[in-house]
Amino acid sequence: MKRIYAREEYCLGCRLCEINCLVKRSKSRKIIKAFRKERDSIVPGIQVEEGERVSFALQCRHCVDAPCIEACITGAMHRDSESGAIVCDEERCVGCWSCIMVCPAGAVRRGRERRVASKCDLCMGESTPVCVEGCPNEALIYEDR
Amino acid sequence: MKTDSAKYVIIGNSTAAIGCIEGIRSVDPDRSVILVAKEPCHTYSRPLISYFLAGEIDAERMHYRPRDFYDANRVDARLGLAATRVDPEQKIVETTNGSLHFEKLLIASGGRPFVPDIPGIEASGVFTFTSWNDATVIGEYIEGNRAKRAVVVGGGLIGIKAAEALRARGLDVLVVELAGRLLPLALDAEGSRMAEESLRAAGVELECSTTVNRVLTEDGCVSGVLQGNDRTASCNLVIVAAGVVPATGLVAGSGIGVDKGILIDEGCRTSVEGIFAAGDVAQGCDALSGESRPIPIFPNAYHQGRVAGVNMAGGDASTNGTFSMNSVEVFGLPTVSVGLATASGDGYEELVHDDEASGTYRRVVLRGDRIVGALFVGDIDRAGIFTGLMRQGIDISSFKDLLLTEEFGLISLPEEYRKHVVMGEAIEV
Repeated sequence: MKRIYAREEYCLGCRLCEINCLVKRSKSRKIIKAFRKERDSIVPGIQVEEGERVSFALQCRHCVDAPCIEACITGAMHRDSESGAIVCDEERCVGCWSCIMVCPAGAVRRGRERRVASKCDLCMGESTPVCVEGCPNEALIYEDR
Repeated sequence: MKTDSAKYVIIGNSTAAIGCIEGIRSVDPDRSVILVAKEPCHTYSRPLISYFLAGEIDAERMHYRPRDFYDANRVDARLGLAATRVDPEQKIVETTNGSLHFEKLLIASGGRPFVPDIPGIEASGVFTFTSWNDATVIGEYIEGNRAKRAVVVGGGLIGIKAAEALRARGLDVLVVELAGRLLPLALDAEGSRMAEESLRAAGVELECSTTVNRVLTEDGCVSGVLQGNDRTASCNLVIVAAGVVPATGLVAGSGIGVDKGILIDEGCRTSVEGIFAAGDVAQGCDALSGESRPIPIFPNAYHQGRVAGVNMAGGDASTNGTFSMNSVEVFGLPTVSVGLATASGDGYEELVHDDEASGTYRRVVLRGDRIVGALFVGDIDRAGIFTGLMRQGIDISSFKDLLLTEEFGLISLPEEYRKHVVMGEAIEV
């Protein structure tokens, strides 16, 4: 399946990927509005980590053997049969945070508006995830390896 | 008595059994599976019973897999049929209605609640709290008897979740815990202190270092409890949450190796060829302490079930280093406890970050250059990074000083492991 891969050596640390994800998840879908008014209630599915000399963006790896699916007490965390992406069914999630306990990438977050697990869903329905689409230096690529 | 036959027979219908079905079907899409389970209902999630009792979720959301799960996986599910005995010689499971012949068998009969043998325990209004039916009858009892005040015996995971549900239904609740503090197995002293504060802030009473010695009754119904410290507390509902023990009864005398639970190896095989066990009934090796013991937690049950299923179908799978872990919110206070989170003393080094201002507490336990325990209270974000480091046995000496800093993240990890996590298309954890 296609996954998002980060290329540390190209990452500028500009965090546009986070912003684009935030806009995608916003109600307004407008970059300025979303950034100003909605960012406290939205958890982006991608996060930039920065060190002294290196930075990269990280989101759910959509693991083949996914510990979050194994640990999920409700069955909410599941693999979408078509895309292969791991997605959380927010109608089933009760916010027990077992997925956070087991994700080796630390890529699942507590939702802010709703008490549900929040993570990258590979922009279900988009041909290219918005973080990849908007990366100015091709530090994020979306491909099948 | 009729005898039916299947390639695979599964005893149980909870997490481990579902993991087993999914494991079998990942290798063998076709051959016959018969599942037998005492409870008559579609597979449901046990940890959700407290949410159900609290009224937070309805019956439909209790189900752990979609309604068409057995059909979609071509499983002949015989629900409401109890397995009574396993005969390894004949390769037969006896049930309350006929017997089943198997080639490969999974025993996932789970745990049964431990109930102390004290006077009055049989009274009406005393319940255990491990099944959907328990939650239903407790709810009915509360309504039918207008119960106002409950005593929960045990301040572990089940006890806290029971207390939460009862509080949500408007009852006054007293939790009685034998140890000196709340959640003594998962939390250390400071973690327990924070959890106790959260519990009390929600209006729940707590008495530690004592237990219930007698259930007081009036006309056969609960009217109170007498505690070990000679105090009495009046109540009209008692929930016994004193832990679970492996339900090994159906293999007694069968020759299948049993200690506290059914003994399994890393492939979830029992001592008898072709017979596997998984979940709360099983006893395997704790990867961190090296000791053989049951670890009755949800993620292990699924994982062991899945490993067993793959191996039953002729694949080659092994458990990824089983150890204890729990994520539990104590009246809104999130906690995550992984591995030997409370260990201290000889051979262990403790790193502690205690930030009272923000209400966060983190403790990491090291043995040599490896993390063997981690505890998070208040802020549990990214706890899984630590779990991953523990599973993989990563040498943390090069970034030890960063572990409890705010900037800690994958960026702090050795490049090789970081790339394994960030770039790996198939994370093997």
